[in-house]
Amino acid sequence: MADSESNALQVKEKTEVTTPAEQTRPGLVFTPAVDIFETDKEITLLADLPGVKAGALNIDLRENVLTLNGDVEAPEGVDETDVFREYRTGRYYRQFTLSQMIDQAKIDAELKEGVLRLRLPKVEAAQPRQITVRAS
Amino acid sequence: MLWRRTSNWPVWGWKSPFEELDRLRRQMDLISGGLSRGLSGEPAPGVFPLMNITEDKNNYYVRAELPGIKADELEISVTGDTLSVSGERKLPVEDEKAQYHRREREAGRFSRIVTLPGQLNTGKIEARRTEGVLTVTLPKAEAVKPRQIAVKTS
Repeated sequence: MADSESNALQVKEKTEVTTPAEQTRPGLVFTPAVDIFETDKEITLLADLPGVKAGALNIDLRENVLTLNGDVEAPEGVDETDVFREYRTGRYYRQFTLSQMIDQAKIDAELKEGVLRLRLPKVEAAQPRQITVRAS
Repeated sequence: MLWRRTSNWPVWGWKSPFEELDRLRRQMDLISGGLSRGLSGEPAPGVFPLMNITEDKNNYYVRAELPGIKADELEISVTGDTLSVSGERKLPVEDEKAQYHRREREAGRFSRIVTLPGQLNTGKIEARRTEGVLTVTLPKAEAVKPRQIAVKTS
């Protein structure tokens, strides 16, 4: 966390996924950093997915489990050699369990500058409703 | 805190107090050494953003993952063989009534300077950003490019 005095960004090493299931595909897998917030109408998820092209991102929601899976192509050209390497690239993978009923037809995902914005609208029944009490 | 740690270190026989000072100074040199340290195979320095540097025959390539940072929030400059990247990552304020479940993405200022291992042709530097990854292409100066030398047969 950045402290209040200097709001300088701190280095955060990418966290590798440690799943109980063994990976069936080679390569590194990382956990993306996310923000999730909820309003009365919808749940919004923001995820940092640098290097993921829109076509290479898979978003899957079934039985209240949301799965993000983003492939990253190595950005280096074939004849480039390493001088210095501080971060590694690989797939992004993360799963979430959603407690609210989501209106699957209205889900909207946008990937821009390496940030995913996923809007998950709640179904009408799950939205809070104010009930007015009539005095007789 | 330093004192406490000192007392916990295992002692391998007698050491002069200056040896300890020397060790400290060497560590300070390592910290201030920046990239030159990395080239000798040491672990990465803890400065945002992390960078990967590669080279081919004609160029150096500097890459950094900067998701969600707009082009006008980035400042890139080159002086001699030194590249400087600085800027600020801003996260827009969302709905004030929103209730957060996770908050892992961070905002803040950053600034990083790296020295490339060879001379550059500063006139043709190019910076590109795709999918949140910054790539700076720095052409090598003619003087440091590898040159094929033909062997003449007489």
